[in-house]
Amino acid sequence: MGDMPQFVATSTLLEPRPEEGSGDRTMVLNMGPQHPSTHGVLRLVIEIDGETVLKVVPDIGYLHTGIEKTCEAKFYQQVVPLTDRIDYLCPMTNNLVYCLAVEKLLQLEIPDRAQWIRVLLNELTRLNSHLVWLGTHAMDIGALTVFLYCFREREEILRIFEAVSGQRMMTSYFRVGGLALEPPLDLFGRIQKLLKALPERIDEYEGLLTGNPIWMDRLKGVGHLSAEDAIALGVTGPPLRASGVDWDLRRDMPYSSYEKFQFKVPISHDCDVWARYIIRIEEMRESVKICRQALDGMPEGPIKADAPGIVLPDREDMKSQMESLIYHFKIVTEGFPVPAGQVYQAVESPRGEMGYYVVSDGTAKPYRVHMRNPSFATLQALQKMCEGRLIADVVAVIGSVDIVLGEIDRGDGRECAGDTAA
Amino acid sequence: MTLPDKDSVLAAHAENRAIRSLLTSLPDSIADAAFDRDELTLTIAKDQIREAAAVVREAGYNFLEDVTCVDWYPSEPRFHVVYHILSHGLKERVRLVAQVDSVDPVIESIIPVWPSANFYEREVWDLFGVRFSGHPNLRRIMMPEEWQGHPLRKDYPVEGYR
Repeated sequence: MGDMPQFVATSTLLEPRPEEGSGDRTMVLNMGPQHPSTHGVLRLVIEIDGETVLKVVPDIGYLHTGIEKTCEAKFYQQVVPLTDRIDYLCPMTNNLVYCLAVEKLLQLEIPDRAQWIRVLLNELTRLNSHLVWLGTHAMDIGALTVFLYCFREREEILRIFEAVSGQRMMTSYFRVGGLALEPPLDLFGRIQKLLKALPERIDEYEGLLTGNPIWMDRLKGVGHLSAEDAIALGVTGPPLRASGVDWDLRRDMPYSSYEKFQFKVPISHDCDVWARYIIRIEEMRESVKICRQALDGMPEGPIKADAPGIVLPDREDMKSQMESLIYHFKIVTEGFPVPAGQVYQAVESPRGEMGYYVVSDGTAKPYRVHMRNPSFATLQALQKMCEGRLIADVVAVIGSVDIVLGEIDRGDGRECAGDTAA
Repeated sequence: MTLPDKDSVLAAHAENRAIRSLLTSLPDSIADAAFDRDELTLTIAKDQIREAAAVVREAGYNFLEDVTCVDWYPSEPRFHVVYHILSHGLKERVRLVAQVDSVDPVIESIIPVWPSANFYEREVWDLFGVRFSGHPNLRRIMMPEEWQGHPLRKDYPVEGYR
């Protein structure tokens, strides 16, 4: 082999203990980065004693493409398409939180209709994300059928996204100051039809899983995480609520007019994988309710803020009015300056708190864009949840925290999403 | 536009629990304060960041959301390490900022206060080169182990070095 480096399955992240030759020496197992149940390129180095997990060390960064650095070289409006790529399961949530942050910097008022459509699409995004989570989580545990059922409904959601934005996954539909376009005429009817079918479909998934003794055995009591540990380790979203902490940013720190919607925040005190499963199922039902309320009360009016120089003018105006043409030209070629300052905007993404910290130095390009990603923090709790459990439970725990590697690594997640999700 | 100075901000938010606790327990720790776009930013003296974090935590801000950094190259102090801390009970957040010089950039780790700072601080070390003293495992997290330089610094080209 000459100078070829030796293939090392495990790295120096963990060393087997105690010394070689000893009878009770532990084994170090490498899981990933290419492993079907790690949902992307997560690498775990696991120290095991027989089947019992002693230590789990996540090794991340395989998808890092420096999106935060790229953002600093773009105009504010050019960052929107980059935000989709971070979390390919909830592109609309990412669009929303970035737009909200920049709108906060600009102190921009968004028309009601735009806000309600944002809420509607965000809840559809949550359904989309939870459907993928449920399908893949069940598949990891060995229940293959659910996956096909979930993807049937998800397909319709993706078609709705395509109708609204022209893209199934990388939507980039929200703009600073509102929405890109008025949604197509038949869209709300299509969503209505989907919402009518969904509760029954969710019953169907539950029929396959909730009473299933194998499913219960694999989930109940596994991956215990107490409320104190969850808060200390930065866990947010469904895993936090499954540990009994009653916190949901949509209700507690409302944004984009969520305060006008009635919905329950499911919580559980079981702290295990089962609780996280039940909570996400309940959240799907609540999301359906929010979507219905959004459709029923959908206000009429403009979909863009009245902010010439920041929001692109309508195509028709641009062709007939000199002023609009000038604004269009200026926004596209020079961007728009944003007053200096710093804001942190957080929303409840399907995985937890998705926050954007945007710093402006007064120019047309963001000085710094930082994303606070829910999975990144939740990954720190893996050790706590897996310690002392069986190696097979690690798979259940990873599934239950619903990680997305593009988001953890602040990189372009599409590459690993390619096979199943697109 | 002139921004209100530290004292007027502190006076206007005297009932804020983070400010009140910091003024009582660590009176010299607040180097600057600002209230902009409904967000409270407290600049904390670098050497007191761990104590200040503990005080803020005691005051009810129980959840560390994020630790990150902004590079203000070429001005000094160059690095602003930014902490976003949320209170589940008060439903509000506070932003702590600690300024670190470019020569030997090092600041105390706040892992003893919030274990979740572990990954965030590793990320700041990896991408900005600010070291955290007392961190148990300060390794790169995003970039490969053998990487040279810290990519999110402003003097690091967007396209990288070729």
